[in-house]
Amino acid sequence: MTEPWIHPSAILLIGAVILPLLPRAVRRIFIVLVPVLAFCAVLLMQGHNGVYGVVPFMKWQLIFGKVDELSMVFAYIMTLMCVIGSIYGLHVEEAAQHSAAWTYVAGSLGVIFCGDYLTLFLFWELMAFSSVFLVWFRRRKESLASGYRYLLVHTAGGLLLLAGLVLRYRATGDLSFGPIGVADPQLYTYLIMAGFILNAAVPPLHAWLPDAYGEATVTGAVFMCAFTTKTAVYVLARSFAGMEILVPLGVCMALYGVVYAVLENDARRLLAYHIISQVGYMVAAVGIGTPLAINGACAHAFAHILYKGLLFMGCGSVLHMTGVSKFTQLGGLYKKMPKTFVFTLIGGLSISAFPLFSGFVSKAMIVAAGFEAHNYWAGFLLTLASAGTFLHTGLKVPYFIWFGKNNCSQETWERAGDPPRNMQVAMAMAAFLCIFIGCYTPYLYDMLPFPSVAAQYDPYTATHISETLQILLFTAVGFFLLLKKLTPEPCISLDLDWFYRMGGRLFYWVARKPVQSVDNAVGEAWNRQGIVPLMRTARFWSWFDWHGIDTVVDGTARSVRALGGVLRVVQSGSLQINIISMAAVVALVLTLLAFV
Amino acid sequence: MIVNIIEFFRARLKATIRVCLVALAALVAWDALFVSKEHVHTFVERIPGFWAVFGFVACVVIIIVSKWFGHLGIMTREDYYDD
Repeated sequence: MTEPWIHPSAILLIGAVILPLLPRAVRRIFIVLVPVLAFCAVLLMQGHNGVYGVVPFMKWQLIFGKVDELSMVFAYIMTLMCVIGSIYGLHVEEAAQHSAAWTYVAGSLGVIFCGDYLTLFLFWELMAFSSVFLVWFRRRKESLASGYRYLLVHTAGGLLLLAGLVLRYRATGDLSFGPIGVADPQLYTYLIMAGFILNAAVPPLHAWLPDAYGEATVTGAVFMCAFTTKTAVYVLARSFAGMEILVPLGVCMALYGVVYAVLENDARRLLAYHIISQVGYMVAAVGIGTPLAINGACAHAFAHILYKGLLFMGCGSVLHMTGVSKFTQLGGLYKKMPKTFVFTLIGGLSISAFPLFSGFVSKAMIVAAGFEAHNYWAGFLLTLASAGTFLHTGLKVPYFIWFGKNNCSQETWERAGDPPRNMQVAMAMAAFLCIFIGCYTPYLYDMLPFPSVAAQYDPYTATHISETLQILLFTAVGFFLLLKKLTPEPCISLDLDWFYRMGGRLFYWVARKPVQSVDNAVGEAWNRQGIVPLMRTARFWSWFDWHGIDTVVDGTARSVRALGGVLRVVQSGSLQINIISMAAVVALVLTLLAFV
Repeated sequence: MIVNIIEFFRARLKATIRVCLVALAALVAWDALFVSKEHVHTFVERIPGFWAVFGFVACVVIIIVSKWFGHLGIMTREDYYDD
């Protein structure tokens, strides 16, 4: 408490506000500087576990800085990814895009360091409301719609979370954020869990993810793939470790993502489906809940942020340069974009858990934890999903973009080429870290929440290397034998977003057709039966008031005025006419008197 | 450089495939002869080359099941959601 403590979110938020005000010349330096400062703020916290940033608010104590091993490992990788992502987006001139991305990262870091549910909810919503701009900034008609859906789904998730935390507060009088007590789940436990697993994209609450990430801007998707789902893994790991229902949910996720990835034609949507698959491992690990499993969840989240970021950067580069991301419009690009190919391949090998790459040292921990907890079904099914991961991200993505049949149009082919230098630098950084983590395990393992458990775990045993290589290489055999079956088709796959997309349309139709017809009919009837007679009555009373009441009560003024009007005609103002009139009146009176 | 390496292998595709197949066979042989199976959890993992079969079958099953699922009506035209 006594030591000075700077919240990295504060640095990012201040940066986000200042950036648009700066002259263009210094913006580029600033874009790198701000995330680096945030990263340094996290580095300064290392070894200083404790509670910081306690703010009294009404009758509660809001905790903005709960620093321990679990929050540090997530904060470290998230700020590092923010540095890489910002470098990747350095060429983007529009300052608002960077500001939105930083605000989004600030939201994630706020959740990572918060110590109570109120602060958590605040930053949770900040994340949703800032990240939607990363979708909208692509400025396509589809991205606008996608963004609205994203926002609506996340708001619904946020409300579940809010309902849960309010019920929990009422039941326990406690707002602190920590293990929720999974042994005795209450309604609020499930509501909070539903809020969390919506952000983790657990089916059936997952369809927002491929929908939004496939439509986000090139740089926006790089940020998005790293933060929302991993923040959700963090909050699950902190509060729901050992919640058994998460194991089957996680296994379903791992397989679900793989199945949809087979069908997918858009490279970035395929990667998005693979996030679901990969986060499935982490969710299952949280469900297993042993120290090794929690270590595995954190390690895999750490590795995932890097390799998924790298894959999104690779496929994003293809989209940035060629303008397309569909397999049916790409192919044979190895000559035009060789460096991007190598970076993407490194991402693919990392996600597939090839020995010497990052996924190998992290995913293995989760599978091992599954087997050690005698959860064999989970262990085997997760291994099955890892074969699928290599099949798509390691083989399908690189093959159908850089090799395979060249489906490029003339224009696509001409535009293709390795992306600007800053994008390459960012990809090189992520690629380096993917390999570094895979080769030098203490770097990652020492950061994990249970370092002593992690230190005892060695992924590089002959058994494990042999097992992994057999699975992956024979998956590759299957891939090449069934290559024809995998040829991309120009189609989309229906997912559970169908229900709210079509549900939205149904609502719109109901509002437009039946409701509006009824509204029109009632309006018309009111016009005929209500308004017209009413107006007639009103008109009668108005007439009566004027001619009846007024004439009697205060009609004098009107009578005098009417008389004045008559006299005014007589009083024309001309002297001769007045004299003649006067003379005529006098003559008339005299004549009358003479006769009478 | 990268392009040259790729083209080197593409020009010798058949030889490359043969080398790969030999490497696969060597991997299974290494697994069967030298890799210790003492710490495995289930009996199936003791079968030499079990994971090779598992990997291949997993790949085939994933592709076939996914495609079957996709053709149930999940895969649809690209403008499905357009007005």
